[in-house]
Order: sequence, then C-alpha cells, then structure tokens
Amino acid sequence: MGRAMLKDSSLQRDYQDWLQHRYGRDRDVRFTTLSDQPIKPLYTPLDVDRIDFSRDIGFPAEYPYTRGIYGNMYRGRLWTMRQFAGFGSARDTNQRFHYLLNEGMTGLSVAFDNPTLMGVDSDDPRSLGEVGRTGVAIDSLADMEVLFDGIPLDRVSTSMTINAPAAILLAMYVAVGEKQGVAANELTGTLQNDILKEYIAQKEWIYPPAAGVKLIVDTVEYTIEHIPKYNPISVSGYHIREAGSTAVQELAFTIADGMTYVEACLERGLDIDSFAPRLSFFWNSHIDFFEEIAKFRAARRIWARLMREKYGAQNPKSWLMRFHTQTAGVSLTAQQPENNIVRTALEALAAVLGGTQSLHTNSMDEVLALPTERAVEIALRTQQIIGYETGVVNTVDPLGGSYFVEALTDQMEEGALDYFRRIDEVGGVLPGIDQSFFQREIAEAAFHYQRQLETNEKFMVGVNGFTNDQAVDIPILKIDPEVERSQVRRLKELKAGRNARRLEETLSELQSATQRHENMMPYILEAVRAYATVQEISDAMKAVFGTYREPAFV
Amino acid sequence: MAKAGLDGHDRGVKVVARALRDAGMEVIYTGLHQTPEQVVRAAVDEDVDAIGLSLLSGAHMTLFPRILELLRKEDAEDIVMFGGGTIPDDDVRTLKQMGVAEIFTPGASTLDIVDWVRANVGAGARAGSGR
Repeated sequence: MGRAMLKDSSLQRDYQDWLQHRYGRDRDVRFTTLSDQPIKPLYTPLDVDRIDFSRDIGFPAEYPYTRGIYGNMYRGRLWTMRQFAGFGSARDTNQRFHYLLNEGMTGLSVAFDNPTLMGVDSDDPRSLGEVGRTGVAIDSLADMEVLFDGIPLDRVSTSMTINAPAAILLAMYVAVGEKQGVAANELTGTLQNDILKEYIAQKEWIYPPAAGVKLIVDTVEYTIEHIPKYNPISVSGYHIREAGSTAVQELAFTIADGMTYVEACLERGLDIDSFAPRLSFFWNSHIDFFEEIAKFRAARRIWARLMREKYGAQNPKSWLMRFHTQTAGVSLTAQQPENNIVRTALEALAAVLGGTQSLHTNSMDEVLALPTERAVEIALRTQQIIGYETGVVNTVDPLGGSYFVEALTDQMEEGALDYFRRIDEVGGVLPGIDQSFFQREIAEAAFHYQRQLETNEKFMVGVNGFTNDQAVDIPILKIDPEVERSQVRRLKELKAGRNARRLEETLSELQSATQRHENMMPYILEAVRAYATVQEISDAMKAVFGTYREPAFV
Repeated sequence: MAKAGLDGHDRGVKVVARALRDAGMEVIYTGLHQTPEQVVRAAVDEDVDAIGLSLLSGAHMTLFPRILELLRKEDAEDIVMFGGGTIPDDDVRTLKQMGVAEIFTPGASTLDIVDWVRANVGAGARAGSGR
C-alpha cells in the first residue's frame, strides 16, 4: 500500500471513530438539500480524494473554469447589478430605468407585458386586462423609442427578457440605436431568446418548436456579424426552476437546451468559435445556499468540458460560461413579506460566491405585485452591501477547496450527466418536449415539494411555521387601467399616422422571406423601421410557421 | 381547472388539479391561454360543478368578472367559481363581492383547498349550505 492510501485508511478509521464517539445525536430531521440530495454530517479529505486539482478545479480563467471565468473576478470588476424592470407604459418604465440607474444600477433589464411576450398587440381582444401588468407594453418602435428616452445605448447595456418575438425586439433595439446615432456594432446587452425553455417551463410561445429554434439561429447568425458585442441567447434555467424543478434538473435541462442551440447553429453551417463565445446563461439562485453555489461551479465545468471535448471548440472564449442570476421568486412568501429581504440577501450571496457575472435581486413585495420603488431600492442596496461591505469579493472563489463544496459540486455534475443520458434515451431535447418528458419531471418535482411542505418535511417560515395572524401591510404597486386605454389609443394613432404603403411592402417581403426560409432579421428590421407592430410581424410569420398548442395534462 | 388570458404560469394549477384528483374528484384541466368564452363553453359542455381559475398575470379583475358574466348569460350560475394566484387582499374582497366563492393566495395548502371544495362544491355544498 502506498503512503497516501495508508494515510487514507487511517483517516477513514479516525472518521469512523469520531462519528461513533464524538458526533452526538442528530435532531429528528432529514438533512437534505432543498432538492432532496442527502448531506453528510461532515466532509473531510476522504470526500475529495478522487479530485485532481488541475483537472477538476484548476485556476480561474482556465479550463474547466470551476473557480470562475475571469482571472481576478470581482477584484477586477464587480458583477453587473441588473434589476429586471418594466410595468405600465414605456414612459412609466423609462422613469423606473432612470431611477435605478441613478441609484447605482449598472445595467438595464427589460420586463415586457404578457401581450408583448406572446407577440400580441395591446388592442387585440386577447390583451384585455393584460396590458402593462407584468411588464412594459411595447407594440412598436414608437414605444421602444420612449422606453430608451435619455438612455445612451452606446454606454448602457440592456438585457431583454423576451423569447417568442425576441427577433422583433432586437430589431427595435437596433432601430432605436440608429435613431440615437449608435451603430449596431456598438450595442451591448443580452437577448433571452431561449424558446426551448418556453415549451418546457415558462410557456410563452407563438410558433412550434422547430420554427422557434430556426428563428433563434437566425438571430445568432445575424448578431455575430452585425451586433457582435450583443449576446443573442441567454440559455435559461431560472424558469425551469421556478416551474418546480430540482437543482439538478435545472442544471441538466438548461445545459441540454444549450447543446441543442449549439447543434442547431452548427447545422446552419456556423463555425463554433464564431458563435459560442456569445452564448450566455441565466440561473436561478434558490434558498439552499450550498446547493446553489455547487450548482454554479458544476455548470461552468460541465459546459467547458462539453464545448471543448464534445464540440471541439478551439477558442477558450467558447468554453467559458458567462451567466446572469436571479434570486428565486418561488422562495418568497406573501406572509411576513419583509422576511423576503433576508431570503433575497442570502440567495444573492450564494450567486456571488458562485461567481455570477450579473445579478438581479427580487424585491420583498414580488409575491403580490410588481415592485414599488422603495422595495426595489432595498433589493439593489442588498447587492451593494454584498459588494462593498462583506469582503466576499476580496478573493476569487472563496469556497474553493472546501471539502463540502467540492464534493457537492462533483455530485451536481454527476446528477446532470445522468440526466443527459436519459435525455439522449428519449431522443434529445426536441423529442423530449414532444413527449412531455421535461414537463412531467418538473410537474412531479413541484407536486413532491408541495407535499413535503404540507407534511412539514420542508419549511417556509411564516407559512408552515413561525406564522402570525397579522394582515400584510406593505404598499403594493397597482397598475392603473388607464394605462391600457391610453396604450390602445396611442396604437390607433400610430396605425393611422404611418406610411401604409411602406408597411405593406415590408410585411409582404417578410412573408415571402419566411416562405423562402431566409434569415428573417433583415426583413424584420425593415418592418420595424416602418413601424410595423409586434403582432403584425409575428402574424406575418405565423402564416408560414404555424402556431403551437401544448398537450394539456395534469 | 382553468388558465385564462395570456398567463403561462401553470405550476400551481397543475399541483391543485392533481391534489383534487388524488382526493377522488373528477378534474378537467383546460390547458393554457383560454379565452373566458372557451372556459365557460368547456365548463357548460362538461357540466362541471365548479371552475377553479388560476391567474398570476394581474388580469384577474378583468377575467374573473368576465367569466362570471358569461356564466350568467349561459344560465349556469350554479357553477361555483373559485380561484387562486397573485391576487392582493383588497382585490380578493372585491371579487368575492362580485360572486367568486373563494380565492386561494400564495401559501395556501392543497389540504385546505380540497377540504373547501368538498364542503362547498357539488353534493357537499348542496347538503351543507341549504341553497
């Protein structure tokens, strides 16, 4: 036996001895993560003895990026504080943008209303009662110009949470830049543009999956050439997690979606190193502190390995996973809402310790409504306190080398690889969506968690314990119904005032291009410049792409 | 169990539907993005005892009343209307005044929902309430 093994077996004996004689008796609780991964009482070198430092952990900015994608991480630059915002009219949201930028936010993130998200205009019958309620109402370039009024697009980066009509909103962003005299190749930001997770979790779609993916490849192809500083996709796990998945499912399903986009782009003939550096990700940061940190570290390592080993990318920028994080909406409670400030702070801390590039912190009132100014101010201050007061940014990957964190990181990776095998077995992501594989996994996990809450196996302070009978008494943001009425009026005026002939031309060219299977972006841009609406453009493509109806199951 | 309007959040509605089904009730789920007309049509055609509407879009003050109005038009006011979602307390009060029997807000347990449906819908309601 080598000396190392002798040492190990004596450590093994010491550990057993400690466990039997000095550990003590546990409370009558199951010690698992939020996602039911069992956690040991203590982690020791025995738990990380299979880890090879260079192969598995390494240095920041070096393959496989477990410790972070930049050499000095937050010592070089703090993460972007990017609060998701949007409600009411473009003018209302523009005001909130200015407020947040003045308070120290460092990047914009736009929340659109349900009609916009679904490719529907504010005056459509389906939009009744919905306009401006979950985000800002954007019907045309005219609204977009108001949205970014006074905001220099060459200096502020903007993330847009939009999926089915993402290409249209991207075109509008480019057109606003044009009006400001900012060239497309100067624009920075991110388009969420991840349609696969819509079918799986967020459920905002227009066309069937194949058409949705085709449009995404169009945007990637166009962006890498014309808007090279812009991230055309944010492969998202946030919504998968919010829909009820476990942490491992979030990790696996999201990266599987990422692989599907990579393969679709390769099929289009794009060179991997031309687009992979521009792919970005979006993770949830939930309440189980260490599970989330391990998830972020595992995510970077898994992606790096796939990109280099499976897809043969040569450019190190293709290997590294850049990501935005949002603290978990579903972890917040309507009861004792001020407690949500605490939850958000802990989740934000996990994201920072996990090495996020960009962060949104939820406001305490978001279980009930969109955030008030005061609530979002606290959420922003939370990030500033972490960044400027706690000292966690003083070194890169502070938890690296922790026996627990490294063991859990490995465990997360193994769990994800297991799911990749199962996804392969059903034929891949698109067949998986057709078979409702992901949807069923998520619904099962959601139901299981609810059962655990109701049997007190899992805990939510204020909900199934430490409750009080006090009525909730915090100010709640209300959307004035007048927002809808005036948006509809403005849309009517726009339609009456624009050049109808030019509009017709662009829409007709758009439809022909759809039939010829061309890249839609240039045609969408022309239509956008002619003040075509989101619905007019979406509908023009619907004629060719068709629509989607999910199989409804319980 | 229904999802109306453009709201795509179906985690809650599916959990509740399954809990009701596990408790022995016959549950039909409409799927997403239904218009109020489609919801009422399905309810009347299937001859249901109740409609559970889930809304997280903020459009509840439009969609709940619209469905109630359509039920009146169809002479189907015996169908009990209840629901859940991100609905602030003062809106809950107003909706109840308009005829929504109960609204379950975030933190509600499926056990409470099952008990309520048993007591207020169908045979239980007729036996218990003397309407």
